[in-house]
Amino acid sequence: MSLSSIKNSVASAERISDEDFLFLHDQGDLFELGMLAEMVRRRKHPDNIVSYIVDRNINYTDICVSACKFCAFFRAPDDPAGYLLEKEELAQKIAETQELGGTQILLQGGLHPDLGLEYYEDLVRFMKQTTIHVHGFSPPEIQHFAALADCSVREVLQRLIAAGLDSIPGGGAEILSDRVRQAAAPRKCSSDEWLEVMKTAHGLGLRTTATMMFGHIETVEERLEHLRRLRELQDETAGFTAFIPWPFQPDNTPLAESTAIEKTSGLGYLRMLALSRIYLDNFDNLQASWVTQGPKVAQLALFFGANDFGSTMIEENVVAAAGVSFRLSEKEIRRLVADAGFTPRKRLMDYTLV
Amino acid sequence: MKEYIKQAGLAGIYDKVVASERLSIDDGLKLFQSSDILAVGYLANIVRERLNGDRAYFIYNQHINYSNICTNLCKFCAFGREKGDELAYQMSVEEVKDKVRQRLDEPIVEIHMVGGIHPDLPFDYYLEVLRGIKEVRPDVHIQAFTCVEIAHLASLHGASVAETLAVLSDAGLGSIPGGGAEVFSARIREKTCEHKLSGEKWLEIAATAHRCGLRTNATMLYGHIETHEERLEHLAALRDVQDETNGFLAFIPLAFHPRNTAMDDLSNTTGIDDLKTIAVSRLFLDNFPHIKAYWVMIGPKLAQIALSFGADDMDGTVKEEVITHMAGAETDQAIGSSTLVRLIREAGRIPVERGTLYDVINVYDEQ
Repeated sequence: MSLSSIKNSVASAERISDEDFLFLHDQGDLFELGMLAEMVRRRKHPDNIVSYIVDRNINYTDICVSACKFCAFFRAPDDPAGYLLEKEELAQKIAETQELGGTQILLQGGLHPDLGLEYYEDLVRFMKQTTIHVHGFSPPEIQHFAALADCSVREVLQRLIAAGLDSIPGGGAEILSDRVRQAAAPRKCSSDEWLEVMKTAHGLGLRTTATMMFGHIETVEERLEHLRRLRELQDETAGFTAFIPWPFQPDNTPLAESTAIEKTSGLGYLRMLALSRIYLDNFDNLQASWVTQGPKVAQLALFFGANDFGSTMIEENVVAAAGVSFRLSEKEIRRLVADAGFTPRKRLMDYTLV
Repeated sequence: MKEYIKQAGLAGIYDKVVASERLSIDDGLKLFQSSDILAVGYLANIVRERLNGDRAYFIYNQHINYSNICTNLCKFCAFGREKGDELAYQMSVEEVKDKVRQRLDEPIVEIHMVGGIHPDLPFDYYLEVLRGIKEVRPDVHIQAFTCVEIAHLASLHGASVAETLAVLSDAGLGSIPGGGAEVFSARIREKTCEHKLSGEKWLEIAATAHRCGLRTNATMLYGHIETHEERLEHLAALRDVQDETNGFLAFIPLAFHPRNTAMDDLSNTTGIDDLKTIAVSRLFLDNFPHIKAYWVMIGPKLAQIALSFGADDMDGTVKEEVITHMAGAETDQAIGSSTLVRLIREAGRIPVERGTLYDVINVYDEQ
C-alpha cells in the first residue's frame, strides 16, 4: 500500500479499503487529502453545482431521558425549565419558514418519557396540513417510540409514514461504535439499533441522511467503524441521501467537564471530511457544516469533499446550546458558494434541485 | 501533484515556483482568478517550506491602543473617533504604564502599540509613553506607531523622519508595525482614506526606518473596493522597497471588517479570499521572510489552515484587541499560548515562540 496506489484507486473510482483509510489518515497531508476528495466530488458532481436547502430546525421538546454526556441542549424530565412546543407556536414557525421560501422542517426532540406514539402521529398530521416536507425523528427517537409503545420499529415507521412523515434525519448516530456509545451516551440506542431504523426506513421507501459527531472520546478506528457500517448499509439499501459529519462542540456539556477534550480544529474537520468523501464511495452527497465551522471554513470544505452547504437553518438550538452561534442567510450562502467558484442551487431533501 | 496543478492551468507558475523565479503581476492575477484554491495553496506551501521549513511562529504580546481620537477618520475604520465624541478616549502616560503593570506576571515580550492621528497630543507625550513602558518593563520590545503616525510625529517634532526616528528609538521604540498601508493605490486612498498619508510616503517612511536600522512590518487591508490588480501593485511596491532595504520582517494581509464602518454595505471577506490572499502574498513577496495569518482577523480555525497556504506565523496571544473588534470581528480577544502551540503542532509544524525580530525564545519540539 502506498499513497500512489491509493491515488490510482481513487482515480479509477475503485473503493478504498480500511487499511487505505488508516494509511491516508496517518500519512496523507492536507493537500493530498483535499485533492483526492476533490477528485471524488468532481466525479459525482461534474456540473459544479453546490446545493443547499431552505429549512428550519424545530425541536419539539428538550425534555430527554437519554442524558447524553456530549449534549448541552437537553433537560432532565424533572427539570421545570424543560419545554414542550405548543401547536400554535409550531404552526407559527412553519408559517414563517414557508414565507421565507422554506420547503422543509427538520423535526427532532428529546426522548420524552410520557408522550405516546399517538402524540407524534398527531404532530405530523398537524404539520402536514401546511404541505411542508417533514424530515423528522432521528433513529433514537424512533427506537424510543417503539419501546414506549411496545411495538416494532417497522410499525412505528409505518404509522408515522401514514401520518405524513416524509423522511428521517441522520442524527443520533454520534459514533456508531458501542464502546463509544456506552461511555458517552449509555441510554441511547445501540449502533445496531440505529442502523436497524435506517434499514427499515429505507425498506419502507423513506430516504434518510447519516451523520457523524466526532472529536470526543473515539479513536480513529472507531471513526472508521462508523464509516464502514454506513457504507455497508448503503450498499444494501442505497437509501442514504447524504453524509453529514461535524465535530463535537464541547461547551456546556458534561463530557467536556469530566474529560479533557481538545476541540477539533478547522484542520481536523477538513481532514475528516475529505477522508469521509474518499471512503464513502456510495454516498452521493456530503454536507459542509457551517453551523459548527463558521462560513470561512465551510466554504473551504467545498474543496475537501463537500458538495452541499446544508441548510439555511432559520432556527437552530442544539449547537447554539454548546456555545456556537453562526448565522447565515440564503443570500450569504449563495454568495459564499459563488465566490468559491460553484453554482449555488436550492434543493429539496432528496437533492432534487428547485 | 504537478498533474493536478497543470489541470488547474497553473503549470507555468509551478515551473517558476520550483525554479525560485520571481512572479509577475500577470502571474499574480492568474492565481487570484484561479478557482482552485488547493492548487494555489499547494504552490504557496512550496515557497513557505523553502523559506521557513517546519517552523511556525507565534509571539506572546500585549496590544495597547493609547487613543482612538483621529483626524483621518478613514471610511474602513470603526475605531477612530473625532475629539469630543462620546466614545473618544485617550490614555494618560500613567494609564499606559498601568496597562503594562497589570500584566507583569505574564511572559510578554512585545508591546504592540498604535493609535489614531491625534490633533493635539504633543510630541513629548509619545516619548513619555515609550519611556514609561520601558520603566515598568525594561526588557520588553516596543513595536509602535505605524508609518502614518511616524509622519505625524515628525511634523510634531518639526524634524526629518530620520531624526524623529532617532529620538523615538532613544526613548524605547524597537520597531514599527505594518499598519496604515491599506492599499497604496491613489484611487483607493482617494475613495476610502483621503486624509491619510499617501502610499508613496508610507513606503518612503518604511524605507527610511530600514535605513535607520529599524525593522518594520507591512500590511494590506483587502476585501473592500480594491481590484486584484491594485492588490498586486501594492505587493509589487513592497517587493521593490524590500529589494532595496531588506528591512521588512513580515507581511500581514488584513481582512476588511465592514461592521460599524462607513463602508458597512460591503460583506465580510470569504475564507477562500483570505487564503488566496495569503497564498498569493507568499508567492509574490519572494523577498519577505515571513507571512502572517493574523487569527484575530480571520479566526483561529482559518489561521491554522493558513499555515498550509503560505503563512508561517500566527501572530500573538493578543489581549484587548480593539480595532478589529469594533468592526465586528467575532473572534475571541485572547488565545492562550498553549492553544497556539496545539494549533501549530496539529498543522504539522514545530511551534516557535519568538520575539518581535523573530529571535527564537522557545522551540516546542517535544510532544
